[in-house]
Amino acid sequence: MMWLTWRQFRTQAIIAAGGLALMAIILAVSGVHLANQFNASGIIGCQAHGHCEQVASNFLRTLRGSGYQVVFLIAAGLTYAVPGLIGVFWGAPLITREIEAGTIRLAWTQSVTRTHWLAAKVGLIGIAAMATAGLLSLMAGWFANPVYAATAKAGAGPSGLNRFEPAVFGVSGIVPIGYAAFGFALGLTFGVLIRRTLPAMAATLGVFAGIQVAWLQLIRPHLLTPLRSIVPLDIANINSLMTNPGGHEMVVTASVHKPGAWILTNQTIDAAGHPFTGPATNACLNGGIQACNASVGRLHLRQLITFQPASRFWTFQWYETAIFVVVAVVLAWFCYSRVSRRRLT
Amino acid sequence: MSVVLESRALSKRYGRRQALTDCTLSIPAGRVAGLVGPNGAGKTTLLHLAVGLLAPTSGTIEVLGAPPPASPEQLARVGFVAQDTPTYAGLTVADHLKLGARMNPGWDAGLAQRRIASVALDPSQRAGKLSGGQRAQLALTLAIAKRPEYLILDEPVASLDPLARREFLQGLMEATAEHGVSVLISSHLVADLERVCDYLIVLTESRVQLTGDVDDLLASHRLLTGPRCDMAALPAEWHVISASHTDRQSTLLISTADPVGDTTWTVDQVSMEDLVLAYMSKAASTPGRNRTLEVQR
Repeated sequence: MMWLTWRQFRTQAIIAAGGLALMAIILAVSGVHLANQFNASGIIGCQAHGHCEQVASNFLRTLRGSGYQVVFLIAAGLTYAVPGLIGVFWGAPLITREIEAGTIRLAWTQSVTRTHWLAAKVGLIGIAAMATAGLLSLMAGWFANPVYAATAKAGAGPSGLNRFEPAVFGVSGIVPIGYAAFGFALGLTFGVLIRRTLPAMAATLGVFAGIQVAWLQLIRPHLLTPLRSIVPLDIANINSLMTNPGGHEMVVTASVHKPGAWILTNQTIDAAGHPFTGPATNACLNGGIQACNASVGRLHLRQLITFQPASRFWTFQWYETAIFVVVAVVLAWFCYSRVSRRRLT
Repeated sequence: MSVVLESRALSKRYGRRQALTDCTLSIPAGRVAGLVGPNGAGKTTLLHLAVGLLAPTSGTIEVLGAPPPASPEQLARVGFVAQDTPTYAGLTVADHLKLGARMNPGWDAGLAQRRIASVALDPSQRAGKLSGGQRAQLALTLAIAKRPEYLILDEPVASLDPLARREFLQGLMEATAEHGVSVLISSHLVADLERVCDYLIVLTESRVQLTGDVDDLLASHRLLTGPRCDMAALPAEWHVISASHTDRQSTLLISTADPVGDTTWTVDQVSMEDLVLAYMSKAASTPGRNRTLEVQR
């Protein structure tokens, strides 16, 4: 059974392996250069000189708009796309193609039970799916390591890469493995339910993308209760200050310095703890920036921050991966029961 | 005598459509049984139930003494050639033989090689590039080299031209005679089966109309031709299966145990085709039913 499964999957496996190899070469070559640049930047051992923030910021500034950024975007984009592509091109057609070509009647009347047949397919291709996503994430993570390290030391200055931020979290660590298992099982399930290749592929793509977005918006922030922190607003961190023409309203926002944390909300509140909405100070309506900032400082504003601390990164990775893998197993079990109850031909 | 396929009140429903109704059969071993009926009569449903591709809605079916597909061992004992003889288009002929060898413990590699050579199939050719007849031969080879006790074929010759059809059936007969395999073969064309079957099942409108040993069936039916008659005046022991009348003449196909003594009738032997057509039209003439029969030679 393994032989037939492998024989049918061979071409797709070669395409995937080729893509991975190409990505590995690109990431290895540019990754070595990036690592050299990091070593030369003086970030290593900066503690002794006490200028970590400065050298790390300089390092990050040199990356802005560079080829490294492009390479990382490609690797990250691919890591995001691969679980969905696996669902659409490996999962959905796995059974529908055999139904459409009629070969399921050939396969299921050899001396191998249909459940054994399905188990071989799901086992081999499921593992290939998870391995592909895992390798991509591993390579992208290795490439981006110097950037993560510099970001952690650069303070509130130039924006680097925070692997806990939603855009990066999904391409770091082990979650891509969970997404790939889920994408594959979702495609398989739509194939079993719809039994036609193209509609199953379309449904897989749509639902997978929808679930990814909904997960990000609705579920991930609440996997663990966020921490709350109230800190005095430091006028040095103000990054925007707006007033309306009459001066009745004023909005002040300041940046947060929590290296590696995922900031969920950042609200400016007044001394009494209410959200600060104005009115504008006279200095801000009439004076210069410095006078304005100084007047804001006298308002004793504070920042109310809700966030997931950096220490929770791996907890989140494990939770999220486990949830997607469990859902994938449930879906695979559903397909298994449909197949064993002969609901397909 | 042992039985290869036994069903009792076997029924299959797809949603609201009844595909097979109250099918009770007992097919003896060692026979080449022909399953005949128009398209949509339920032949494929019956065969899929026999190989376990479908589960019955109600009733029971046992093939080689067990409800299909009980186990890999049971699967190994039954060979199946599905309708349109599906093969993997991207795999070569040799790949298919390897598939057969990997997926069947009783695989007879020598037999498979010999058959492939005798029907002049190129092992390196992709199955997608084969003609319909070649593909059917490949599918048959897969089913035969598995060395089953029971070989079930669903309209294997439907898409073949007359020459390929004859070659296929010839190959089938040679292979089954050599290995003593019981066969169940379906077709909507009586002519295909006339030459090869010694057991007959007529299926129309999801119901079994006639089943039995071909010789017995032919011996117990008569074709009568005589002057136009009144149907009500016929002897009670004649079961009229079909009747057609012109102004002056009546033609009857009857089932009777006794010889026909009445000399006003010309008595002829029935052919299998006469028999099948008579039972098909009997079902079709039942009030409220209407179905076109396909008969080709």
